[in-house]
Amino acid sequence: MKYIDYYQVLGLGRDATQDDIKKAYRKLAHQYHPDVSSESDAEHKFKQVAEAYATLKDPEKKAAYDSLGSHPQGQDFVPPNQWQQHFHEQSTDFSDVDLSDLLAAFAAAQRAQHQERARRPYNGQDFEATLPVTLEQVYAGAEAELTISLPEYDAQGMPRRSPKTYRIRVPKGASDGQRLRLPQKGGAGFNGGRAGDLYVTMQLQPHKLYRVSGRDLYLDLPLAPWEAALGAKVQVPTLGGTVEMNIPEGTVAGRKLRLTGRGLPDSSGRQGDLYAIVQIDVPVKLSERERELLRQWATESRFNPRSFPGAAT
Amino acid sequence: MKTQITESVWLNASDICSFEHVVEVSGLSPQELHALIDTGVIEPSNDDPGNYFFHMQCIVVARKARRLRDDFDLDTQGLAVALNLLRRVGDLEAEIADLRARLVSSRRP
Repeated sequence: MKYIDYYQVLGLGRDATQDDIKKAYRKLAHQYHPDVSSESDAEHKFKQVAEAYATLKDPEKKAAYDSLGSHPQGQDFVPPNQWQQHFHEQSTDFSDVDLSDLLAAFAAAQRAQHQERARRPYNGQDFEATLPVTLEQVYAGAEAELTISLPEYDAQGMPRRSPKTYRIRVPKGASDGQRLRLPQKGGAGFNGGRAGDLYVTMQLQPHKLYRVSGRDLYLDLPLAPWEAALGAKVQVPTLGGTVEMNIPEGTVAGRKLRLTGRGLPDSSGRQGDLYAIVQIDVPVKLSERERELLRQWATESRFNPRSFPGAAT
Repeated sequence: MKTQITESVWLNASDICSFEHVVEVSGLSPQELHALIDTGVIEPSNDDPGNYFFHMQCIVVARKARRLRDDFDLDTQGLAVALNLLRRVGDLEAEIADLRARLVSSRRP
């Protein structure tokens, strides 16, 4: 089991009062709460802060935590003997025990003792997870696997973490940030309590070719100067396979060419569009013949791409 | 490790659930849910206060409300302000992402 120094997480000394603990938590909650923070690892940081606060604000949990002694942050440790006796634990392996699960189980057991050892059922905790999905999976529909470490109770009531893998159907047309609920697939319940739920958020992964705007896709389409000037037929990659696109004569850079129905589907099956944005590219190195032809073009053309009305001369 | 094939419930705008279900899975009290309906933050899909129904996506907002209530000690008025502002921030972020998608990315440094 890894030791977490909850006082250090909140930036406090071991002599902190309840008032200090509350103040420190509030300050950090405003900084890292995943619903209000824009920091990239806010969710992970807030989880630690919330766990620290949940332990230190509760006098029973705090006393239980303090009785574990002080260890360096993240160090592997084994709880003292009285803890092991409390759970009638024979095993000396605590590697799959999570400190916050252990404290929650300990507090629940303490409460049960106060209630004349009533074996009250305790419902399991809800868990949240993120499922990365690709554009290809959303375009065609797919199945994706999600592995998450969840607490389960052994025969002695010791909460032990074990990895669970769920196969989830990603429906055609799922969108970024869409959520789903897996009933009773969260943390296990205790004493006959029901398991918590697992909430999963789809997170659309950036694609190396396409950018997403609602149901539409945007793709940069590089053209050679002669293709843009003369017009051409070019092959364009789409999520459904390569298609031929007609480039009209005189196409300028930045022009958006639409491929209708080649975007993402919505939940009713309607397809968005794919927009190819023209970029005009030039060879970095020219052969002598290319140079000669371009010079000839420059000499014969009257085209002036620069017109700055009102500019000082 | 065994892989479990599992049924999931999409929290979307096409399926419907009851008032009691939102209370059960969100952790809000019935009074708090009523108060959030009164402020317009959570909108039922029908107009019968005695028997409200909701689109499943309301569960996402209701759970966010419960998190904010627990983590910041907010009352329902505070929750309504926070949730409305968060919705506006979310809409603006989505609009920025849409506009960025339409910009040509630079292919060469």
